[in-house]
Amino acid sequence: MTGVHSLLTEGRPGLLTTPGTASSYLAAGGYAPLTDPGLTLDRIAAAGLRGRGGAGFPAAVKLRAVRDAPGRPVVVANGEEGEPGSVKDRWLLRHRPHLVLDGLRIAAAVTGAVQEYVYLSDAPAEQAVLTALAERPPELGVEVVRTEHTYVAGEESAVVRRIDGGPALPTAKPPRPYESGVGGAPTLVANVETLARVALMHAHPNDADLVAATHLLTLSGGAGAALVEVPAGTHLKVLADLCGHGRAEAVLLGGLFGGLHGTGWTDLPLDHDALNAAGGALGCGALHFLHPEDCPVAVAAEAAAHLAAQSARQCGVCVSGTGALAATLAAVARGEADDDTTGRLHRWSRQLPGRGACGLLDAAARIAATLLAHFPDRVDAHRGAGCPACVEPPPENGRRFTVAVP
Amino acid sequence: MKLLLDSTRCQGYGLCQEPAPDLIDLDEWGYAQPRVAEVPADGEDIAAAAVAACPNSALRLGK
Repeated sequence: MTGVHSLLTEGRPGLLTTPGTASSYLAAGGYAPLTDPGLTLDRIAAAGLRGRGGAGFPAAVKLRAVRDAPGRPVVVANGEEGEPGSVKDRWLLRHRPHLVLDGLRIAAAVTGAVQEYVYLSDAPAEQAVLTALAERPPELGVEVVRTEHTYVAGEESAVVRRIDGGPALPTAKPPRPYESGVGGAPTLVANVETLARVALMHAHPNDADLVAATHLLTLSGGAGAALVEVPAGTHLKVLADLCGHGRAEAVLLGGLFGGLHGTGWTDLPLDHDALNAAGGALGCGALHFLHPEDCPVAVAAEAAAHLAAQSARQCGVCVSGTGALAATLAAVARGEADDDTTGRLHRWSRQLPGRGACGLLDAAARIAATLLAHFPDRVDAHRGAGCPACVEPPPENGRRFTVAVP
Repeated sequence: MKLLLDSTRCQGYGLCQEPAPDLIDLDEWGYAQPRVAEVPADGEDIAAAAVAACPNSALRLGK
């Protein structure tokens, strides 16, 4: 059972507290006319809104690039969340479809787009979006595109390829979708939380800065999981204590993308730049807490195994790299590491990032790098000795990280 | 100019490295890895030879 909690102070606009039905959303100021798209874009830029799909790229920069590129733009609401530990995007589509569609409408107006898409794999989310579209028919055509649910299906070039009728697999960059996306048109692929925040900022212009400085997170680990909305800058320890993870000793950040963090994790704030500086990443805002009974080696081995299994198998370096990382981490967990094992893991974690068509290989490399950096004693302790938490071989389906959509 | 590698096309033949050892490394599995972000002006002919050497058109010169 996944809980849903707003940790925002009373009166601060939030996605969780915005009403979901068409009539109540309209009554709350939704779908307000857009008189000056340039001003709307300036407000998004001034508030410093960052994308919520994983990379944390400034939303205004992406909007402006699509608007200014030659051609007639296309905008896509990307609701396909491949991170097993994240539920926020599916929750938003299922329960707040009007916020997402309103944000998509605003993004279309800002970029001058002539076509809108909603891209997703979740069947209840699709139903909610279709119902919302029937309740309030949009001015532009909105096409819902269903994809398969895989780790890479939500990567922006995979989104474009799928909408164009191909498989949901990443392509090499350049070109990026903003240059050449759906049908060759400049294309904005925006995460559904990013779009929901754009809509909320439009309804609450005086609180735009606060809306941009708020995160929707999925917390998991131990016995409990929750979808929470919290102010940026909240310390991770405060977050853990408030949400039933007071015993946590470490955290896996960004779904499987931001690495494992041990000593010092409690002082980290919820902030893209601070987490990047600490060698991590906020990614899609999924945090998996490790409790005292969890072994970081087992968690790393299972994460790498899941990533290896989810490789799109397009890039040879990803097939070989994730396979080698997963097999080696599994060997460490079994107590079969030799003198060269950590040296190989160190080498791969330096050599592999940035070499695949998407970020999956980088995620696997960061798992290994952060395990070695934060838990050298735990890695050493596995040599020759049996670790009770590592007795079972790691399942490849990422079951440990999977959170049920509330 | 940059030497751009499409990782989805690289099959690890290793033929690109022969004319351009200063521009391309091969990793332990044989996959190509450009060594420099920018190809130096006097290295563009060598880079072009590396591009031409790939049987799967995984490399190109671009900005």
